[in-house]
Amino acid sequence: MALSTVLETPGAGFNFENATRNAALEGLFEGGQTPKPLKTGTTIAGVVFKDGVVLGADTRATSSEVVADKMCEKIHFISPNMYCCGAGTAADTEKTTDLLSSNLSIFSLNSGRNPRVVMAVNILQDMLYRYHGQIGANLILGGVDCTGNHLYTVGPYGDVNKVPYLAMGSGDLAALGILEDGFKHNLELEEAKELVRSSVHAGIMSDLGSGNNIDICVITKQGVDYIRPYQESEYKDERKMKYKYRSGTTKVLTEKVVPLKLEVVQETVQKMDIA
Amino acid sequence: MEKHYTDSKVKGVSTGTTILAAVFDGGVVIGSDSRASIGGDYISSKTMNKVIQVHDRIFCGIAGSLADAQAVTKAAKSHLSFHSVQMESPPLVVAAASVLKDLCYKNKEELQAGFMTAGWDRKKGPQIYVVALGGMLLNQQVTIGGSGSTYIFGYVDAKYKPNMTREECVQFATNALALAMGRDNVSGGVAHLVVITEKEVEHVVVPGDKLPRFHDE
Repeated sequence: MALSTVLETPGAGFNFENATRNAALEGLFEGGQTPKPLKTGTTIAGVVFKDGVVLGADTRATSSEVVADKMCEKIHFISPNMYCCGAGTAADTEKTTDLLSSNLSIFSLNSGRNPRVVMAVNILQDMLYRYHGQIGANLILGGVDCTGNHLYTVGPYGDVNKVPYLAMGSGDLAALGILEDGFKHNLELEEAKELVRSSVHAGIMSDLGSGNNIDICVITKQGVDYIRPYQESEYKDERKMKYKYRSGTTKVLTEKVVPLKLEVVQETVQKMDIA
Repeated sequence: MEKHYTDSKVKGVSTGTTILAAVFDGGVVIGSDSRASIGGDYISSKTMNKVIQVHDRIFCGIAGSLADAQAVTKAAKSHLSFHSVQMESPPLVVAAASVLKDLCYKNKEELQAGFMTAGWDRKKGPQIYVVALGGMLLNQQVTIGGSGSTYIFGYVDAKYKPNMTREECVQFATNALALAMGRDNVSGGVAHLVVITEKEVEHVVVPGDKLPRFHDE
């Protein structure tokens, strides 16, 4: 384990300081609601095909009824051969995948090897289990390594399952219907892309929390093709006006320059020894 | 045998389940269904293998919270591997069961998972150990667990005989699993069976449509 993390391994047991703090905060708000974390009511899907893995996601991030981000990036980079789709609490999926990505690059540098998908899955599982479901991250991890093409699901409680096709998020039931109907082993690239696209599309059509564009990420031994967006929403509107103001729009009436008197209190010189 | 693996108590994905193990002449069969559900409403996996390998000739059937069971079996696998390197010989089945029992007993407040360990070792041959929710360890010749087990206690009590042949035992296990899956809504899918003997380990999968049918189906 020393190879994969630069941070110290956490102490034994569970750390629930933040959970107790949240509970205390709720009391302070007196009947009002603590601010709700940004959830990516989402449709994400993944399929293993003949030469690799295809991942797909919608791009809508919602904050209750308002669309907070129309072009949110839900397919996160983990390593050059692995990408991860995240559903659930946006901050949790971002940070968890970021942490995983950093740890894996440290591992790569230390060991001289490309990380395997199982390793990423194990690290995720350990971390999410340690936090007993408090980290709301539902992840689809897909990648290609020397042992083959893999697709895994990791739940917020730390349960892991290896699958040939998968959908997650609030739009998963609709997407799963399309996947169950259309999936076959050893699909060709275009078939796999079309299958993932239509399943995410079904999620977008049937779920209010999913929408806007569809991103597709194709991972093969040769490399990664991240198509963003793969399909744009038919309901895009044209901006009639630009919100950028030309310089000179606001007239400058007066200008006053006040020099700040700074005193040097302490000066330290550290010599860099590059011998 | 604890049968309180009801989903209402388990948060997240639970293996509302049927697991079973039986000793026959020369080996042991351990089997499970393949359904994992969330809250008894949504089936999150139709093809989950609940018989997990913890060493070359030792397997573990899991029931309860999937996350807890996976975390415990991972820890147990690592413990056992280290133990077997230190002892310079494969671990005894009772050692594997004790490792699981220790983890379950020491963390009984947080964990919601039960196990049955089945395997073969040179000292005592084929054995089965049950590790229940609170950390109880018990050696049995035949055992069933999970929410679906309640429906087959009668069948198992009536039909199990010691020293069956391998074929008879596999058929007995398949029938028992099929009967439980037929009555328990949170058990289903395919039947995963692992047959462990001195010479080899064989993984048999019986798809849903090939399971034995009974009079009212």
